[in-house]
Amino acid sequence: MTANRLAESLLALSQQDELVDLPKDCLLSGSEDEGDNDGEREHQKLLEAISSLDGKNRRKLAERSEASLKVSEFNVSSEGSGEKLVLADLLEPVKTSSSLATVKKQLNRVKSKKTVELPLNKEEIERARTPLEQEIFNLLHKNKQPVADPLLTPVEKASLQAMSLEEAKMRRAELQRARALQSYYEAKARREKKIKSKKYHKVVKKGKAKKALKEFEQLQKVNPAAALEELEKIEKARMMERMSLKHQNSGKWAKSKAIMAKYDLEARQAMQEQLAKNKELTQKLQVASESEEEEGGTEEVEELLVPDVVNEVQMNADGPNPWMLRSCTSDTKEAATQEDPEQLPEPEAHEVSESEGEERPVAEEEILLREFEERRSLRKRSELSQDAEPARSQETKDSSSQEVLSELRVLAQKLKENDQSRKQKASSKGTIPQVQREEPAPEEEEPLLLQRPERVQTLEELEELGKECFQNKELPRPVLEGQQSERTPNNRPDAPKEKKKKEQMIDLQNLLTTQSPSVKSLAVPTIEELEDEEERNQRQMIKEAFAGDDVIRDFLKEKREAVEASKPKDVDLTLPGWGEWGGVGLKPSAKKRRRFLIKAPEGPPRKDKNLTNVIINEKRNIHTAAHQVRVLPYPFTHHWQFERTIQTPIGSTWNTQRAFQKLTTPKVVTKPGHIINPIKAEDVGYRSSSRSDLSVIQRNPKRITTRHKKQLKKSSVD
Amino acid sequence: METAPKPGRDVPPKKDKLQTKRKKPRRYWEEETVPTRDGASPGPPCNKKNRELRPQRRKNAHILKKSRISKKPQVPKKPREWKNPESQRSLSGAQDPFPGPAPVSVEVVQKFCRIDKSRKLPRSKAKTRSRLEVAEAEEEETSIKAARSELLLAEEPGFLEGEDGEDTAKICQADIVEAVDIASAAKHFDLNLRQFGPYRLNYSRTGRHLAFGGRRGHVAALDWVTKKLMCEINVMEAVRDIRFLHSEALLAVAQNRWLHIYDNQGIELHCIRRCDRVTRLEFLPFHFLLATASETGFLTYLDVSVGKIVAALNARAGRLDVMSQNPYNAVIHLGHSNGTVSLWSPAMKEPLAKILCHRGGVRAVAVDSTGTYMATSGLDHQLKIFDLRGTYQPLSTRTLPHGAGHLAFSQRGLLVAGMGDVVNIWAGQGKASPPSLEQPYLTHRLSGPVHGLQFCPFEDVLGVGHSGGITSMLVPGAGEPNFDGLESNPYRSRKQRQEWEVKALLEKVPAELICLDPRALAKVDVISLEQGKKERIERLGYDPEAKSPFQPKPKQKGRSSTASLVKRKRKVMDEEHRDKVRQSLQQQQQQQQQQQQHKEVKAKSTGARPSALDRFVH
Repeated sequence: MTANRLAESLLALSQQDELVDLPKDCLLSGSEDEGDNDGEREHQKLLEAISSLDGKNRRKLAERSEASLKVSEFNVSSEGSGEKLVLADLLEPVKTSSSLATVKKQLNRVKSKKTVELPLNKEEIERARTPLEQEIFNLLHKNKQPVADPLLTPVEKASLQAMSLEEAKMRRAELQRARALQSYYEAKARREKKIKSKKYHKVVKKGKAKKALKEFEQLQKVNPAAALEELEKIEKARMMERMSLKHQNSGKWAKSKAIMAKYDLEARQAMQEQLAKNKELTQKLQVASESEEEEGGTEEVEELLVPDVVNEVQMNADGPNPWMLRSCTSDTKEAATQEDPEQLPEPEAHEVSESEGEERPVAEEEILLREFEERRSLRKRSELSQDAEPARSQETKDSSSQEVLSELRVLAQKLKENDQSRKQKASSKGTIPQVQREEPAPEEEEPLLLQRPERVQTLEELEELGKECFQNKELPRPVLEGQQSERTPNNRPDAPKEKKKKEQMIDLQNLLTTQSPSVKSLAVPTIEELEDEEERNQRQMIKEAFAGDDVIRDFLKEKREAVEASKPKDVDLTLPGWGEWGGVGLKPSAKKRRRFLIKAPEGPPRKDKNLTNVIINEKRNIHTAAHQVRVLPYPFTHHWQFERTIQTPIGSTWNTQRAFQKLTTPKVVTKPGHIINPIKAEDVGYRSSSRSDLSVIQRNPKRITTRHKKQLKKSSVD
Repeated sequence: METAPKPGRDVPPKKDKLQTKRKKPRRYWEEETVPTRDGASPGPPCNKKNRELRPQRRKNAHILKKSRISKKPQVPKKPREWKNPESQRSLSGAQDPFPGPAPVSVEVVQKFCRIDKSRKLPRSKAKTRSRLEVAEAEEEETSIKAARSELLLAEEPGFLEGEDGEDTAKICQADIVEAVDIASAAKHFDLNLRQFGPYRLNYSRTGRHLAFGGRRGHVAALDWVTKKLMCEINVMEAVRDIRFLHSEALLAVAQNRWLHIYDNQGIELHCIRRCDRVTRLEFLPFHFLLATASETGFLTYLDVSVGKIVAALNARAGRLDVMSQNPYNAVIHLGHSNGTVSLWSPAMKEPLAKILCHRGGVRAVAVDSTGTYMATSGLDHQLKIFDLRGTYQPLSTRTLPHGAGHLAFSQRGLLVAGMGDVVNIWAGQGKASPPSLEQPYLTHRLSGPVHGLQFCPFEDVLGVGHSGGITSMLVPGAGEPNFDGLESNPYRSRKQRQEWEVKALLEKVPAELICLDPRALAKVDVISLEQGKKERIERLGYDPEAKSPFQPKPKQKGRSSTASLVKRKRKVMDEEHRDKVRQSLQQQQQQQQQQQQHKEVKAKSTGARPSALDRFVH
């Protein structure tokens, strides 16, 4: 669930990036070609595009801020007015002459008039009179064709029924997504096409060639017939090469090299290489085994071209994580820069080629993003390094580009074709797997994280991972040794930081799997007095026996369920079909649901919130509650106050005899045999309890006023 | 403990004040008799008070025990330093060197105080405050009295000390028996009963009687101190467990099929068929409940005073064969095969708590007498001690070579574990500390694998049932030296027992009061209280306890004009409003501070993590 949401948000983000980036590119190109005016306009457009991204103010009225003398027809825009500019409007005079108005009206009236159409009687239609008509009707009935002209034919209706609304929605969403992806891809291709860097194209081509070769190899194994066709194409390329005499050292560059070759070793080598290339290309290939040789050759060439550093990196980073790969390469890049700054441009270029050449079905968005960054860095680097040794870089560029060019030509074409076909497929079919293949990037992130435990290095990451695992209903991975339960005193007291962390959450795994020191006991059970090997075997066996048993996961699951069960439930008061359409398959809108959902107040935090290995039942024990005090007695206003007064036990079990007696002395004690006189009026003056008052009142018909009471008091005192 | 007898050092002056403040309840007959009594009694009024403060003889202290085991000569007790204040008025006119009541140690008094004064109360009215003061004074008084009567707990626990770093675990039973007096030596014995298989055993609450049952049907009960056999029968059925009920006169035996109850003559009194296939028994003495855990996975509570089944709870965890009770709150602990220990009360259908203790199944559980620590051992060969005071975290863990199959705590917190044919005993630093598992205190090897373990109450004796019979071994410092003669008296006569039985039945605690926190009863049921308040407000239509709005007093000389009234009202309202704003501002500030702290902590923690950008810093 969360992963999906994440994926969506990522996708949206990348889309936004795309949108922002696209106009930028346009802007760049525009500003180069046309004047400043256009640039400004496009800038405005860009700003609008960006502001419209948030979706609130889609359309902003264009306003002309200052009057300009020169009104160019190119500057006339229809935007802002909210309607299309019609050519006829432009042709019309500003003022319409009144004399023509009447004529126009008449014309319009005539135009609007239509011939009267008498509706045919329906019965007449349905009644079949002639045998021919009957036959036709029969046929129609048989084929379930409509006799009249309804909106949908029965077949169409059936098809509509076959597909539910949800399915249709899903399908539409898929199609939309596919279209969006296609458009991104197209945009990307366009942008790439516009890149002027020769080196970049060279690298791209090389990568494509490599890929094509690989594909060819695979094809050979899978589908020999198709491979043969491919072979033919390659053959054709060779023929073209032969005809064009491209690598015959007859070009401008080759001639200059030939002059230089006398003095410069490198130039000589370059020439030789080119000649070798020529030979290679013009060689006729016949057998499949030979193609392998050729491959070897190309690989050699590659190895010559590719510096060692890159190869190393490749060897190291053959994992599935592109991010890892990137960081690795950048690291090595750094190393390379430190070692010798002269070689700087080349490894970068190759890196690009790598990333391009990968072209796995990973994520195009991802690659795009990476590419942007790389290009930026490349630009910077190249700016820096241009001064260092421009000639050399130029040379390398040229040579390499010349070499691969012919190869690439064909292969690139092929690739393009493939791409197109793929695109077409995507757009036409729009099936689910295709879509999934198109954008697995955000979804892939999590599995990647999970797959690579060595990436996890810090405690926070670990914790986060743990949380994720919680969410994914997966068992937390065994964690670093250092992160041990705080409370166990036999732990190494080495990491105070970790301890702080642990207060938040106690790791279950550690709690159960800490290596506790074994007891040294003098008397060992007799069974234990066997050989050590046997003991070890036994331990092994125990370990194996418990390997499958996932006690922890079960417990965590149970706890999660308990927590869910104890949470207060929300009350949903939505009435489906109230104020909107209802029926099977229709759900009340999210807005409505949100409005009528009464959220339960969040209860107090659970007692076992931070105790992973404990489930404490939070249910109220009503049996005990029946014995508890539920009404606060008079002078107390808060239950804490009252609780404090009943905290000391008064029973003889908890007190000494004397204290018990003292605590339990009754307020009123009657002595056996002692005469208790009835209450007199004089007594009332002292004790003004309500009951005695009542009795007095009942006895005396006179009402006792306060004055009277005072008198009574006085008399009693006397 | 002992404090120098300085006059009025430990007794706070406040107490005296409070005592004088608190009047003796006036009796209606006293009014007339007071003058005559005053004339009759020769002593001054202070005399009575002094007499009151004298230590009360505690009811349980009338029997002292002699047989304490110790290798060290006991330090002779200090002579009583407190003298009777009556001597102050001796004929010779000598002055009392220690006038006033005897001082009491503050720590001891603190032990008996139960009011948690750390919690700050909301502002209370004068009347409420006076009530609270009275309650506090009462508490202080009673706790001082209790502290004074500590003096009567004359017996000290036994102990075992090695000479110059000698490991006590190396001392074998024979050495101990040699060192102690004859009476104590007689407490070490072996019963050779090889015929009827491994034995389970149980001591009665007083520690005087011992019942044991062999797996092959042998059931016997005896007064193990005098070795007088009460009964011996063979039930002709496998015996899973055996337990005394509230007194030594009744015996519950979990047999292969059903639960049977015998008396001390061996006569079968009951066969309880509703408790079938019982594997473990546990008796809760204050509730008169016999808890049975069965193979079928049911935990059944049988009220033995009325013979009714109080609750039958399905633990939903398969066969139950690990059970123990928490003597502090009468909660039953069950160990399960999935490594959890669940805590049960008859009042709840679900467990009160569930603790994941081991990776493998739980083999044994034991809870100490204060209810603070729980020891568990599992199939993963680990022995753990858990804190039961709310955190349920392991305090210490040890891996045992073979894993412990049986565990038991003594009254003073010693832990014994039976592993194969060996028992290991660990001791802690004091009574309230958990046993430290680093070094065993004692070890002993038996003639067969252990099947049952229990420390004898009030004795330094551990009873071990094994396949070769019963062994009673001496463990110095295991038992509580001072017993309450009215509660569980090992030397009581038949009459005393009957008396006690009646009283105990009268004081029986209802089964539904069992919960994790036994002091919960001393708390107000807040939920019902709030609900009641709400209902009352609904019924009345207004809140009777709400603060009434301010009404300005009428004043004279034209100052009571409407405008001034309104002004005064407004002033009060504004003041209230300002208070509210101030409070909310404070809260906000606090929140911000907390957030900042959080951020700082986070920043620190993130700072510790090596960032990808770090390499650009140099």
